[in-house]
Amino acid sequence: MNAALSVDGLEVIFDRFRALKGVSLEVRSGESYGLVGESGSGKSTLLRAIAGLAPVASGSITVNGKNLGKGRDKAFYREVQMVFQDPYGSLHPRQTVDRLLQEPLAIHGFADGEKRIERALDEVGLGTGFRFRYAHQLSGGQRQRVAIARALILEPSILLLDEPTSALDASVQAEVLNLLEEVRRRRKLTFLMVSHDLAIITHMCERLMVMQSGEAVENLTASQLVGHRVTKDYTRNLLRASEGFVRTA
Amino acid sequence: MSTEAIQSRRDWLLSERPASRMQARLGRAYVAWRRFSANRLAFVGLLIILALLVVAAFADVLAPYSPTIGDLKNARLLAPSAAHWFGTDDLGRDIYSRIIYGSRWTLYVVILVAIIAAPVGLLVGTVAGYAGGWTDAILMRITDIFLAFPKLVLALAFVAALGPGIENAVLAIAITSWPPYARIARAETLTVRNSDYIKAVQLMGASPFRIVLRHIMPLCISSLIIRVTLDMAGIILTAAGLGFLGLGAQPPLPEWGTMIASGRRFILDQWWVAGAPGFAILIVSLGFNLLGDGLRDALDPRSGDQ
Amino acid sequence: MSGKTSTLLEVEDLRVNFPTRIGQVQAVRGVSFSLGRERLGIVGESGSGKSQTGRAIMGLTPPQAQVTARTLAFDGIDLLAAPARERRALRGKRIAMILQDPKYSLDPVMSIGRQIVETLRTHEKVGKAEARDRALAMLEAVQIRDPSRVFDLHPHEVSGGMGQRAMIAMMLIAGPEMMIADEPTSALDVTVQLDVLGILDRLVSERGMGLIFISHDLRLVSSFCDRVIVMYAGKVVEQLKASELRDAQHPYTRGLLNCMPRIGFERHPLPVLDRKPEWAV
Repeated sequence: MNAALSVDGLEVIFDRFRALKGVSLEVRSGESYGLVGESGSGKSTLLRAIAGLAPVASGSITVNGKNLGKGRDKAFYREVQMVFQDPYGSLHPRQTVDRLLQEPLAIHGFADGEKRIERALDEVGLGTGFRFRYAHQLSGGQRQRVAIARALILEPSILLLDEPTSALDASVQAEVLNLLEEVRRRRKLTFLMVSHDLAIITHMCERLMVMQSGEAVENLTASQLVGHRVTKDYTRNLLRASEGFVRTA
Repeated sequence: MSTEAIQSRRDWLLSERPASRMQARLGRAYVAWRRFSANRLAFVGLLIILALLVVAAFADVLAPYSPTIGDLKNARLLAPSAAHWFGTDDLGRDIYSRIIYGSRWTLYVVILVAIIAAPVGLLVGTVAGYAGGWTDAILMRITDIFLAFPKLVLALAFVAALGPGIENAVLAIAITSWPPYARIARAETLTVRNSDYIKAVQLMGASPFRIVLRHIMPLCISSLIIRVTLDMAGIILTAAGLGFLGLGAQPPLPEWGTMIASGRRFILDQWWVAGAPGFAILIVSLGFNLLGDGLRDALDPRSGDQ
Repeated sequence: MSGKTSTLLEVEDLRVNFPTRIGQVQAVRGVSFSLGRERLGIVGESGSGKSQTGRAIMGLTPPQAQVTARTLAFDGIDLLAAPARERRALRGKRIAMILQDPKYSLDPVMSIGRQIVETLRTHEKVGKAEARDRALAMLEAVQIRDPSRVFDLHPHEVSGGMGQRAMIAMMLIAGPEMMIADEPTSALDVTVQLDVLGILDRLVSERGMGLIFISHDLRLVSSFCDRVIVMYAGKVVEQLKASELRDAQHPYTRGLLNCMPRIGFERHPLPVLDRKPEWAV
């Protein structure tokens, strides 16, 4: 058993709304796992619940063999990091890139900060020329690269990706997806990636789970999806929709 | 400096690729300054406040007479003239000199109140906003209690309890002015609390203390500075009001409000005794208001960083 | 429709400039095209000027912007020379626009039905009862199952897809001849997106309208429109029939088509767009 991340019977309840209704999944170490669904399917909630940002009502989450309780300790954040959807909202508006990257190092008491920041910026293809810019001086793609650099700087083993490219232009999306694949290969990372776009999930992930209104619809491998070997109508609808508009008349 | 040198310096400040922490910070300040100085009225406000600072600093040099010792025999209640620009009061003191020295007390009150009230409000507001739940409820109900009374009445009550005097007046005004700051800071905190960038810092493993202090407070500071600047006029007026009622600065201190109070008796025949300090209060309040408006345009994060 | 009026909109050398502190920003730099009773797609990435083109045609450019064109004519009417009142009358009556998010385009404090009725009554002299009937019929035409219930709902009470249908109903009630749709489905889920597109498609072809469909999604546009204009840095880099997209000549169009991941095509890494400075010249 080498599950990097396993979730069992997870329930999330906001006020009275059941956002997740007993979802289970298991992500192997080094694997890239996708969560697909439309808005309200609970895919982002699942990600946030793992990160400790959503109220878990019941169920269990295990990371690298350790069962997580309600709280998250510093050791958890060294293992699991997250990249958010909106690159315009995930960087502090009053901090330079330098300051953004320094913060995690300061919190975890790393001594070789300078070197790590330079290395992180190089790794995401920005270089040190961007180090003292503010978020508003960056394009969407550059912001997302900074967000990835920030997530990687603590050297986690698991990366949670919440629609990391849906706010980006198609050409920039390709660059960011390539970057993510590259860092995953280089650092042997485990990905748990959320997207509404089946094409992106099949491109990035080996296995995936289709979700609808807080529940798992079905678990598939990417090749099953590509070969249209799906069992549920909902998945079939999603597949059809992702092929673009078809004039019926 | 040649125009080229100025141009290159400007380019350096406005660079999209700052090479150091310092350049990034200076560039940001420069952009805010340009936005501020483009506003004529705000500039006038700034000049008034700078003038106030200069006058307060060089009062000894600028004032032609002593502010406290008058010439009772020859100079009682003289009308404005070349010798006494703003005339003299009932104790034969030169009003012009008293106003110049009074600027020190005005600054003393305004700065002390700002230093005491703003941080208290900021702390209460951000902690309440970020913590939520019971902490929020308790802190905000306390704030509401303070807000429920008119400022001057509450200040009066405190001064009455503490005893008259300018230090107690400052304290009383500070105690009554923090609640609006707490409200602003809390509102600002609530809007950023759930943003992804704060979530991202949580995911770094930052403690709540660190998040409030290093990530939320800096975002609240600019709107707080604006509000404090706009409140300065009100603080001056409250201080003057307390002085007028005899609960603030005590004679012979040349505090503007106290001066108006003592000039009240002659207001019909010797208008300059109350009029001159009144005019000084008006000008300085106006200066702070204009400055505050300009700062709002220059610093307000909502007006866009783009 | 007679053959003579086949050209609805004529745009020649359209330019939109925004004066800013650091100088002029040229959002649109000399765009020319013409629109008949057809579905024309305008595709480009953020900053390509596609939305500003649509807004300039509608006359919704912010006041500080300068709009110039050699020709900007709708059905023979010179839009730039037309007085503001005439332009306002055209807007809504003969030219309609749908924006990305219905949440921001619908009035939050007025019921959906009333908004549709108001729109109709500003452009046509009709009685209250008739206006209501026509609004209900229109809601039915955008495939809202229970029109009389939705009529009384407020925008926040309906889903995104329903809101966008209501928006379409409101825009089509006065019977416009041309419609500009700026990313009309980007805020919607994929399955809902197709429903809305289907409705839009049917209404446009039934009524013989001209449609300008502005989107960042090249593939979606090409599956929906007859003709596609590709914009880059404020200019048109390529104009082609949607069916001939595969034979696109310009490297930008080809790059844009290529860089999207596609189900069943394994490409690691994805081809990326190598932006050439000469494209923007």
